[in-house]
Amino acid sequence: MAVMDALAVSVRNLDFHYPGSEVLLYHNLDMDIKAGERFGLFGPNGAGKTTLMSLMTGLMEPDKGTVTILGKELNGKDKEVNKLFGFVPQDFSFYHELSPVENLEFFGAWAGLTKAQINERTAELLEILGLTDVRHKPVQKFSGGMKRRINLAIGVIHQPKILFLDEPTVGVDVQTRHAIIGYLEQLNSHGTTLVYTSHQLNEAEELCHEMALVDNGRIIAQGEIDKLLEQNHQTTLEGLFLNLTGRQYRD
Amino acid sequence: MYKLWATILKDLRILLRDKVGLALMFLMPVLLVVVVTSIQNSTFELVNKNRLPILICNRDTGKLSKQFIESVDKIGMFKLQELDKSETEQHLKGRMRNKNALLGIIIPADFSTNISVKAKNVTSKALKSFGLQGDSAGRKVNLNSLDLYYQPVLQESYRVSIEGALRSALQITESRETLRQLYFAINEKPLPPALENELLHNQSTIKEIPVALGGVTNVPNASQHNVPAWTIFAMFFIIISLAGSIIREKRSGSFIRLKTLPTNYLIALISKEITYLVVTFLQAVVIFSIGLWLFPALNLPQLNMPPNVGTLFFVTLICGLSAVSYAICLGVFAQTEEQANGFGAISIVILAAIGGLMVPSFAMPGSFKPLISISPLHWCLEAYYGLFLEGGKLKDIITDLIPLFVMIIVMQVISYIGLKRKNLI
Repeated sequence: MAVMDALAVSVRNLDFHYPGSEVLLYHNLDMDIKAGERFGLFGPNGAGKTTLMSLMTGLMEPDKGTVTILGKELNGKDKEVNKLFGFVPQDFSFYHELSPVENLEFFGAWAGLTKAQINERTAELLEILGLTDVRHKPVQKFSGGMKRRINLAIGVIHQPKILFLDEPTVGVDVQTRHAIIGYLEQLNSHGTTLVYTSHQLNEAEELCHEMALVDNGRIIAQGEIDKLLEQNHQTTLEGLFLNLTGRQYRD
Repeated sequence: MYKLWATILKDLRILLRDKVGLALMFLMPVLLVVVVTSIQNSTFELVNKNRLPILICNRDTGKLSKQFIESVDKIGMFKLQELDKSETEQHLKGRMRNKNALLGIIIPADFSTNISVKAKNVTSKALKSFGLQGDSAGRKVNLNSLDLYYQPVLQESYRVSIEGALRSALQITESRETLRQLYFAINEKPLPPALENELLHNQSTIKEIPVALGGVTNVPNASQHNVPAWTIFAMFFIIISLAGSIIREKRSGSFIRLKTLPTNYLIALISKEITYLVVTFLQAVVIFSIGLWLFPALNLPQLNMPPNVGTLFFVTLICGLSAVSYAICLGVFAQTEEQANGFGAISIVILAAIGGLMVPSFAMPGSFKPLISISPLHWCLEAYYGLFLEGGKLKDIITDLIPLFVMIIVMQVISYIGLKRKNLI
């Protein structure tokens, strides 16, 4: 893990409420994610993790405050900053009628790559993620695991410096999970900052170095996972999670 | 530019893999244009070429009823089938119900007598007006000479046409008899057949001349009317595919990713606009080709292409652009595919109806006329008719294209505002 002093993501004084709701989900939220970090964003269902990730990727606009990506403020007008990060949503975010090659060609172009760059990256990613043999088949015929790998490949085609991942391994078998986590570790070792949410806490514990625990629109704990476990007298992330968020249903 | 090209390629690939959508956009309008033109053409031929079957029960024994039947036969519209004079009215109706004929005539027993008396009365009045002695003993005449029975399936327009034809045959019979009697009263000898023929049959002809803008005088036929109309209908029916495609993209996960990439969503809309503009152009090419080459093979009148192909190309692009703009506008505002499909299909049918695609605009009730101009399909049709029916040039149809341009701009602006408000661009 290549930890650097620069901030990959910086959230300052952020307020947000859902349209139609008068209640602020986030109020004066501050959060920093260091460059090169493997950062986990955890919390119970409905805690606001996906919303926070949407605010950090520009999918939602805050009422107030700023989100800065590698020193550049995120705003809807200047989309240049969007080149710096990739996003792997929880839902399959591609065209099911198209093949992996066709999807990567399209999303690569939208990410700002040239045809030659796309061809090079497509061959490389399909090889790494074990999709070369099915590269010309429509994705709709793929298994859930293969779709997850395509979802990831599209998110990293432009070699972003920061990669936001929302439940990237949900619903996949052990082999696919192992392959995806292995690839994410490889990306991080080359300097990519990972910002990751998951309910798979064992996996998160294995992957992440730092974390923030979100509950009811507040960050209730943030820091290195090892230190947080020690401070809270816990041995596992699951124990820490239950200790800080309670055992009641949240959705 | 590469982004746009990659997006067009993506849209084309998705479109080409949507077999149902393609069938809806190409097969449906082709079937529609062939079926509607065939029906309209067969209706035309039913009246003008195929001859309507007509049952005639002649109860009259005089020569005038026979002359009347001959005159009806000479019109060329009817296929006569004479029944025995003993057949009753119920019998005739029964045969018509059994679909033996659409029309039936009962010539009453006093038909010849009535016409003869009527002719005598006219002759007498004429002689008196000449200052000659006529027969003053005028007799009363039954003016209802014939009973015409018809199947209710015959539309009013056909009935009016049939009644006009029969009235003309009756007129000839009556005129001939009046002429004979008048000639005999003056000359005391029968009217010479040559003179009778000269007077009754040597009528002046009527030459039909379609009013054309560009000197082209092709006689309009069912193909000239139907092919442009249903081409426009097909173009606007891309709304199902295009609006659906926008909504699917908006609601699918791919849209979330598109929003995080360093490209404006406007590129996606421009790509769809170009892709579907090509589709509308291809629809027009396919349907015009069918009118040009398939129709003659199906014994339908061939489509006569306008002389100015460049203008046709331009008008087709403008019509396509208006269809695409309407579909994009709907796609931006509709929340679900069901909304877009339902509203889209119904609105196109309504706009086609008020636009004159189904019933000619001039035949619409006065209360509907102000609505005609709000239909983009109406202006498309007017522009096409200017080319196909009147042989016009661009300057002749520019007044139809200007409202279309305005509508296109309005729809594009509305779509843009919608996208802005929804934070999509």
